[in-house]
Amino acid sequence: MAVSVSKSYEETNVWEGGSQKPLNAGYGKLMMWFFIVSDALTFSGFLVSYGFSRFKFIDSWPIADEVFTHFPFLHGVDAPMYYVALMTFILIFSSVTMVLAVDAGHHMNKSRTAFYMFLTIIGGAVFVGSQAWEWKNFIKGEYGAVETRGGQILQFLNVENEKRVSLSDFAISIPSSRSTQQKNDGIWYETEKSLPKFSIEEVKKGFKANSNIVIRTQKIDDKGDKTILTRDESLRKIESAVLVVEGANLVRNEYGNPLFADFFFFITGFHGFHVFSGVVINVIIFFNIILGTYERRGHYDMVEKVGLYWHFVDLVWVFVFTFFYLV
Amino acid sequence: MSIESHKLEIFRGLIKFKSNEQKIWGVLIFLSIVTIVEVALGISKPDFLSAYFMRMKLLNWIFIILTLVKAYYITWDFMHMRDERGNLKNSIVLPLVILIPYLAFILFLEADYIFDVMFEGFVSWNF
Repeated sequence: MAVSVSKSYEETNVWEGGSQKPLNAGYGKLMMWFFIVSDALTFSGFLVSYGFSRFKFIDSWPIADEVFTHFPFLHGVDAPMYYVALMTFILIFSSVTMVLAVDAGHHMNKSRTAFYMFLTIIGGAVFVGSQAWEWKNFIKGEYGAVETRGGQILQFLNVENEKRVSLSDFAISIPSSRSTQQKNDGIWYETEKSLPKFSIEEVKKGFKANSNIVIRTQKIDDKGDKTILTRDESLRKIESAVLVVEGANLVRNEYGNPLFADFFFFITGFHGFHVFSGVVINVIIFFNIILGTYERRGHYDMVEKVGLYWHFVDLVWVFVFTFFYLV
Repeated sequence: MSIESHKLEIFRGLIKFKSNEQKIWGVLIFLSIVTIVEVALGISKPDFLSAYFMRMKLLNWIFIILTLVKAYYITWDFMHMRDERGNLKNSIVLPLVILIPYLAFILFLEADYIFDVMFEGFVSWNF
């Protein structure tokens, strides 16, 4: 043990590169920085391709404020942005506790470093949980919509207050024998995905019976709102509907362009996976702190390295927040 | 590692902090203010900011600029880039600053072209 203590931090950790020490940083820290550079390029590739699809469909892209409107315990309240803003604050705050842990590590204060690492882990876990909740709402959908032959999404509005109406509010049930095929009813072991709550005929019948419902298309008008058709136009438009869409998956998306859902799942999923792996690494480092590994080593450099990764995850979220929710 | 190596001022010396810990809280307050401004603008969407500048709404330009400001302070103060040597700073930041705008430029230009082709072409996408 005495051997490791006799060498100073500079001797053991700073990468030499000749007598000048051009970068004046340790090998591990430098490699973490270069990993971050490559990961930043990966994420910018994702975000730029999101931008590509968005500019390609600039006149029909979903409006994020109308997609993410949920807040925990506020059912039916239209609360755009508040939940993601909360998530952003959670992540920034866990970034702060992480940088405090790094600072405590510089002061060789074991208990404070462990305490701040613990808070960081909690913040990260809360963030991943919040993201799961966001995904759940997005996958489940809220109002439901129909898709036309051309793949356009039609949503339904009440003509008086221009509020969205859900399919279950107006669809008229038509007795039919169509039910979800199970493994045991076919001639071969085939199943199908669960059917939507209403068939397209039921939605069409209900739409025709309710004269106060109009269609909103994907098209964005000059003011940046989605185009709302008149009742007559809506009646003509509903004839081209072929599918009921509830919620979102990788193929269909009740909020509009399916690419929006694809990018949402892919980018926030990849980011969420980074947060998850960050939490795992933080837990490992946390136990190492508790066991006194870094105390014996004489420096808390590992906390600083994992801190860099954690801040990077926060940094990526800042960009995801802007490009998915704000812009 | 000497604890005194941290540079304890932000905004080019406008605000000076006594300790690194104090600086962290100061930066947190600044980042929070920026985020609150972003969210407030995102919810209220003031009309006068919906004018277009270089084919994008002013509001969106503000969001992107504020995001870059946040990114700067996260990197410089939370990731301690402020305390690193110029060589290290440049070798991290320059590849990103050169490559990302280049990629964005190429792809956005192309996307705009594809939009025009689909918009003006003789194929209907809405039937």
